[in-house]
Amino acid sequence: MLATHGESVKLIAGGQSLVPMMAMRLVRPAWLVDINEIPELKFVKIEKDFVRIGACTRQCVVERDAALAAKAPLLAQALSWVGHVQTRNRGTVGGSLAHADPCAELPLVAQVLGARMLLRSASGKRVLEADKFFSGPMATSARPDECLEEIQWPAWSWRHTGSAFTEISVRHGDFAMVAAAAQVAIDGDGRCVRAAFGLGGVGGTPLAFPKIAARLVGTRLDDAVVKEAANAAAAESEPGSDVHASAEYRRHLAGVLAARALQEARERARSVQ
Amino acid sequence: MSETLHAISVEVNGKPRSAQVPARLSLVDWLREDLYLTGTHIGCEHGICGACSVMLDGEPVRSCLMYAVQANGHRVTTVEGLAKPDGSLSVLQDSFCEAHGLQCGYCTPGMLIASQGLLNSNPNPSEAQIRDAIGGTLCRCTGYQQIVEAVQLAAERMAKEAK
Repeated sequence: MLATHGESVKLIAGGQSLVPMMAMRLVRPAWLVDINEIPELKFVKIEKDFVRIGACTRQCVVERDAALAAKAPLLAQALSWVGHVQTRNRGTVGGSLAHADPCAELPLVAQVLGARMLLRSASGKRVLEADKFFSGPMATSARPDECLEEIQWPAWSWRHTGSAFTEISVRHGDFAMVAAAAQVAIDGDGRCVRAAFGLGGVGGTPLAFPKIAARLVGTRLDDAVVKEAANAAAAESEPGSDVHASAEYRRHLAGVLAARALQEARERARSVQ
Repeated sequence: MSETLHAISVEVNGKPRSAQVPARLSLVDWLREDLYLTGTHIGCEHGICGACSVMLDGEPVRSCLMYAVQANGHRVTTVEGLAKPDGSLSVLQDSFCEAHGLQCGYCTPGMLIASQGLLNSNPNPSEAQIRDAIGGTLCRCTGYQQIVEAVQLAAERMAKEAK
């Protein structure tokens, strides 16, 4: 179907973004291909260094999986901000990523952790890193004949690893004005051995800041260091203005929320026994 | 133009129902227009208001964001299905009356499905958990306070009945 009909076909998974867009006539696909009844696309598998999630796995399943939360805590933390119970019961992990809303939580986590997207088409398979997968607002590098099949989320093996997700929206469950996610690992002396953080809602795609995060390695993640990194990221971000918030306010939020996420992640890393 | 029809079999409120439906028919339209289960309300039709919530295999979902064909082979419970088998009000429904958890009633089916979904998995929820569970359903009358109280009352009553 995808190979024959190309852009006139849309895959429908949970439908929690696609059906509202169809209701508002923002998209008018000639064909819908329903992938909900394909069991091979629904799984959570925990490997040594990463977690594999089938693209059509419901968000509620991931949210409730304790073993997964222990291995990749940022995912469960982010999901508590995604929509509402009714939408998470139906919405899928792959659907949120393929929809690629720059304000959405799961695409931000994918950017921060460097998730790998496995795409399948009639002609074969390929893997795209998150930063290659997201190409713009509501746009990905997946071809019209490709289906997102599986997402691999790297897990960090350091004992003292902590992560955090936070965002500001009009009401909880609404689209985020700005969202921030962070994960840090520290050694026994409290020195940072690895850091990753990112911002949503302040660019065409969710943004990760690997170069700024690398500067945190070797520090004790004191507030001053964290704030400097957060402000550097905010300065690099390119927020837009709309009815909810001005670009200036969004950039301000970006600095505040990035610092908050990093500090919270640091505290969680420090509290690991 | 005649549309292709698809055969579906869905368990609705405990009863098997079969139908021939076009692929574009939303689940809520099928429930209301074909099965005359008009307890489920249509509000925004794009997944914001929550009035159309039903249980799909026991979990609350929005029936305006699903097509009837997608319910094939699944179980659907509407607000009518929450009542006791003799048609009298369930503990939760009665608690909404008792605590004045509704005024105009438009959001009520969504509120009842959302709170029943919560109570099924968590019989003793905190106020924050109740507010989180009903957070996806908009009410423009009550200010939510009495709805929260109604769910608390239902939880107390169910705990007493269980003893």
